[in-house]
Amino acid sequence: MKRKWSEQLGFLILTLSTVLVVFVLGVILFDIISKGISVISWEFLTHPPRDGMTKGGIFPALLGTFLVSVITVLFAVPLGMFAAIYLHEYARAGKLTRLIRLSIRNLSGVPSIVYGLFGVVIFVQILNFGTSILSAGLTLGLLTLPWTITACEEALKTVPKSYREGALALGATKWYSIRTNVLPYAIPGMLTGTILGLARAAGETAPILFTGAAFFLPHLPKSIFDQFMALPYHLYILATQHHAITQVRPIAYGTALVLLALVLTLSFTAILVRYRFRKKMRG
Amino acid sequence: MVKGKFFFMNEENFPLIFIYKLRMIRMKIEANIGEGVLEKKGITFAEVRSQRIKEFFIERFFFVNGLLAILILLGIFSLLFAKGYPALKELGWTTFLLSAQWNPTAYEIPRYGILSLINSTLMVTLGALAFAVPLGVACAAFISEAASPRIREILKPTVEILAAIPSVVIGFLGIVLVNPALSTLFGISHGLNALNGSILLAIMALPTIISLSEDALKAVPKTYKEASYALGANRWQTIVRVSVPSALSGIIASIMLGMGRAIGETMTVLMATGNARALTFNFLDPIQTMTATIAIELGEVPYNTTHYYALFIIGFVLFLMTFLVNLVSDIILQKYQEVER
Repeated sequence: MKRKWSEQLGFLILTLSTVLVVFVLGVILFDIISKGISVISWEFLTHPPRDGMTKGGIFPALLGTFLVSVITVLFAVPLGMFAAIYLHEYARAGKLTRLIRLSIRNLSGVPSIVYGLFGVVIFVQILNFGTSILSAGLTLGLLTLPWTITACEEALKTVPKSYREGALALGATKWYSIRTNVLPYAIPGMLTGTILGLARAAGETAPILFTGAAFFLPHLPKSIFDQFMALPYHLYILATQHHAITQVRPIAYGTALVLLALVLTLSFTAILVRYRFRKKMRG
Repeated sequence: MVKGKFFFMNEENFPLIFIYKLRMIRMKIEANIGEGVLEKKGITFAEVRSQRIKEFFIERFFFVNGLLAILILLGIFSLLFAKGYPALKELGWTTFLLSAQWNPTAYEIPRYGILSLINSTLMVTLGALAFAVPLGVACAAFISEAASPRIREILKPTVEILAAIPSVVIGFLGIVLVNPALSTLFGISHGLNALNGSILLAIMALPTIISLSEDALKAVPKTYKEASYALGANRWQTIVRVSVPSALSGIIASIMLGMGRAIGETMTVLMATGNARALTFNFLDPIQTMTATIAIELGEVPYNTTHYYALFIIGFVLFLMTFLVNLVSDIILQKYQEVER
């Protein structure tokens, strides 16, 4: 009887813990959505901030985040793909391969602010790109690289070995077999990983603090060597640095909602692509 | 010197090692398909050779890309150290590590002690783990041991969504939700303090701990549990005495990874901990972590000053801390996977 009682209590604790976690997520989503939705309008999304950012929209921040993300993808995806192809298709088991894998796992644990420091030195100072869209995009690209490599490798793993062997048996060279019989089947999986990496990069603030994000810009950026406004940085400014914090709170909520919606839409898209892809590979 | 399209098509110009490789290739091809067969089929040996050379360079190309991760990691390590070194040379290790006063912009004597910053970082990290570990492990146990498959299908994306929320949004909620809640709960003027940061970091570490602990629990062989049931243990006893202990190394590794995330997290602590550089052990006091210090000050200092270099020292120490935590978790995971095999 006592045993039964302890079992029920134990399961109750587990259930309550899980409910609490779900509740926390619920509170986060509810608060942002309920207080942000009233601010969202077509004008909010397509107009620049006005009157010292107390009115108007967030268009420059949206555009900045988009432009930086483009640079991030252009930088991280090819490199991540190539590295994954090496690791999964060419590398032989050994000390070097183990070291590469260890580096990748450790890179994904490096704090984002440290990437920011690295980006300032490499891109802003040494390569002399200045504080710009390019510097920030490349810094975020470095940050997402370990995730991209891991995701691309996972995608390559799902392609059955027989696909490669079939091509090789017919006399195809290794690269030909990878190009025609492996990559086409791995691309959807790679896409998933890329989108997930992008979702995380789009929400990152610390790496862009000193590599190019600006407090406020009266003009839209003209080239990738210009500074930019970014959604997460805009939210940070509105939440902590603005002179009229309570007055801009609704706009901060609106910005938070747009950022959250952007990141979650990207994540959901990735999860959906992955789900479809898995179904297809099984079937 | 260059003849034809590719100078290396000519064996005379080709490095010795490649010539050797080409001979091996020729021997291999001829051994496989018989001498002269290629010519009969209208394929010249030069064609096959150029294809092999192409393959060779393609492999090298991917190899260089594979090395990228090592190069970046080494690059971060050496660059942080190189940029911090001038400050070290000027002030010495002891100035940084034996003083708790960080005030590089002081009017009279600038202070560069990072002890209080390290202390703040450790405080919020341990505070976060105090919330996240019991909650995360319990949640993982629920998902892997108690939940029906349908509930599991709902809970797993839920955890993924939690992981996807940007840190700046969590920090914002720390200001607008946790801050007033703590202030009324403890009767203090504002709730931007170490406790606030701990709560937010716990939320950020939870997804890591839950999903990796769940993986570890799922990897426990079914036979262990069946043996436990056969001995008359109920499900709860099996979870506490069999599943969790067997998955312990994986769970610990997940906790270490969550800890690494908490140490390196910037935006949430920057926004929610009040940013006061005092050495304190009270969770209701405002604090300033290492990450927040870099975030606040790097934008304001001129490049290549002592203060600028000192910020890289903080970055270097931060990097070492997370590196060690990640390495330990990696070693635990690796060992654990070997045992599994």
